[in-house]
Amino acid sequence: MRHLTKLFSVLLLAAVLLSACGAPAATEAPAQPAATEAPAQPAATEAPAQPAEFVFGLLMVGPYNDHGWSQAHYEAGLYVEKNVPGAKMVYADKVNPADRPGTTPAQLAEDLVSKGAKLVIFNSDDMKDSATEFAKAHSDVYVIMASGDQVWKDGKAYTEMANMTNIMGKMEYGKMMAGCAAALTTQTGQIGFLGPLINDETRRLAASAYLGARYCWTNYAGKNAADLKFKVTWIGFWFNIPGVTSDPTQVADEFFNSGYDVVISGIDTTEAVTEAKKFAGEGKKVWALPYDYIGACEEGKEICLGVPFFNWGPAYVTAIKSAADGSWTSQFLWNDPDWANINNPDSSAVGFQKGAALSADAAANLDKFIGELAGGLNLWKGPLKLQDGTEYLKDGEVATDFQVWYLPKLVEGMDGASE
Amino acid sequence: MRNNKWFNLGVQLAAVILALLFVTVILLLVKAPPLAAFQNIMIGSVGSWAKFSDVLISFVPLLLVTSGLLVTFAAGLWNIGIEGQITLGAIFATWMMRTLQDSTLPPALIIILTILAGMFGGAIWAALAGALKTFGGVNEIFGGLGLNFVATALNIWLIFGPWKRPGVASMSGTVPFDVKLWLPMIPDTRLSAWALGIAIVGIIVTYFLLQGTYFGLRLKAVGKNTHAAYLLGIPTWQYMMVSFALCGVFAGLAGAMQVTAVYHRLIPSISSGYGYLGLMVAMLVNYQAAWAAPVALFFAALNIGSIQLPVVLKLDSTLAGVLQGALVLFVLLADGVRQRFVKK
Repeated sequence: MRHLTKLFSVLLLAAVLLSACGAPAATEAPAQPAATEAPAQPAATEAPAQPAEFVFGLLMVGPYNDHGWSQAHYEAGLYVEKNVPGAKMVYADKVNPADRPGTTPAQLAEDLVSKGAKLVIFNSDDMKDSATEFAKAHSDVYVIMASGDQVWKDGKAYTEMANMTNIMGKMEYGKMMAGCAAALTTQTGQIGFLGPLINDETRRLAASAYLGARYCWTNYAGKNAADLKFKVTWIGFWFNIPGVTSDPTQVADEFFNSGYDVVISGIDTTEAVTEAKKFAGEGKKVWALPYDYIGACEEGKEICLGVPFFNWGPAYVTAIKSAADGSWTSQFLWNDPDWANINNPDSSAVGFQKGAALSADAAANLDKFIGELAGGLNLWKGPLKLQDGTEYLKDGEVATDFQVWYLPKLVEGMDGASE
Repeated sequence: MRNNKWFNLGVQLAAVILALLFVTVILLLVKAPPLAAFQNIMIGSVGSWAKFSDVLISFVPLLLVTSGLLVTFAAGLWNIGIEGQITLGAIFATWMMRTLQDSTLPPALIIILTILAGMFGGAIWAALAGALKTFGGVNEIFGGLGLNFVATALNIWLIFGPWKRPGVASMSGTVPFDVKLWLPMIPDTRLSAWALGIAIVGIIVTYFLLQGTYFGLRLKAVGKNTHAAYLLGIPTWQYMMVSFALCGVFAGLAGAMQVTAVYHRLIPSISSGYGYLGLMVAMLVNYQAAWAAPVALFFAALNIGSIQLPVVLKLDSTLAGVLQGALVLFVLLADGVRQRFVKK
């Protein structure tokens, strides 16, 4: 007991110490923010010529430097700062209850608003409810909910919120290109897809990879569609949770050990690349395609066929400009690549960065495929059956956005669970 | 040893200073301003009522979990399965609320039944770990860890399977409950006074249970020396099972609070690591109930205050975790050193 009295007094002392430390910092502290605010300083004197400051907040589910989903958003934020005069980003990363016990994204968004943010970007499906809650409670703050469908009038979850916009890139095209690169490279005719958990989004992305693979397999490699094996193994989550999900390392190994020589990753982490690298080091001919982030091939250039990536920058610039100048409208944006140049950082929502391991032949055919897509080729076109044999699209029927977004099952020709 | 008191205090103070120095060195190594970092943690946690109410939101489950752990620690048990027990509490609470939400029962009654269900769920999961130990000879650390994994898997399966929301199953969790089924909040905050009250009652009950009852005394006897306690006629395995169940009740209550007072739905990481944090708090207070509340509050303040680090200083906020870990390590270390000196 006495021991604890002391401990508590010690903690109190520590608190006093902390605040004491805080006091002198007050003299130093301004130096810190001043560095970032510096450009604003002359602005006050030069007045009208300088654009008004527009602070926007970014909430990221993962670390800002995760080489994946969150980093793609972080870099888009930097891109906005560069391309919208006066724009300034404030952000919080690792916005999830496991990393920040007791917090909700809405609460962190309010913190960013207290730092001056007039618009807040919620970057993950995890934050869907929180984004809605925040948007409803703060009608004077603009909200971008990336990957969500809340304000899609034709969607299943429509809620009217004038201050919210949904933004998503048409990664379906990126996955088709990944599938095509895989089909043009595989020597065994077996492609593995390392899937996260099963929902409408992951189903449609896995199916897109298959459709791209099948098209290039039959049209460029000149082979029979029936000879292409495409298997999806879902690990159960976006990343490995020991004891809970299947171990993605094991799943990738299992693919490579059972004749699947190309693995397309649909998860947030890079096991497909690291395992392919390991197998290649042992002399096996295997390849992999990571996901999300333009720089994701770095970890295993020698086996990387390329990476389909998101480029959030241009859409964020447009949205933030409209918020700043008052022309904002609530929209559901499911953005296409810029078909003139899918990797144009200033205009394309999704791209495909070719990897060093992609052969010159395959690269040339992939370019042809991209050209066909640009010219209007639509792989979401009938006849197309679902995995269980039921008809999904009649002959010649083109899938609506609704049908693609909410794909109910994997499509015929794919191995793996649909739900 | 009259000056022992001051000697002890000196040792503890040295431990805290060492922990702070340790973190300061780390900050200097990454070329970050330590003073500004500490200052921002302070401002971000107690700088305003809004911030402090956020701290209290985090304090509620942490204190509940710590209360439960004090009971199992008293019996000499390492209840690592606490995370799973929080999760099961949340699952049972969600199940009850889903079952009753469309009924004609008054909302207050639904909330009470939901909380009771959560307590029951936590107790069952804890009893399972206890049974594995008592009847299966499985050490509670391993049994608890295994049950944590099962609980997480069950939780994710429910969210993406049977309880998935209409449309796209979401990482965001199950469909949020109607506002009338939320524990009422203090205006302009997200804090529920009810939740705070429950947590405070919880630690008081724990204190009196352990300090002022025959049960607490016998439980501590079991913890100090099981064999001797058995020889003295204490039914040891029954006491262990009861301590597991009690801890589970607290953990389940924490889970129910997460559902009814904080997230208002079931989310994938509903336990939020409070179980492991609670273990640290319990260790730091040397398994004594009296100071669990202030230390838990301090830890909650670090959690919330550290959010300012990335926002203001672009620093990694795991710094709070480093400081919490360093505090526990250095205090335990200092205690070891002190005991050596005292023995001499």
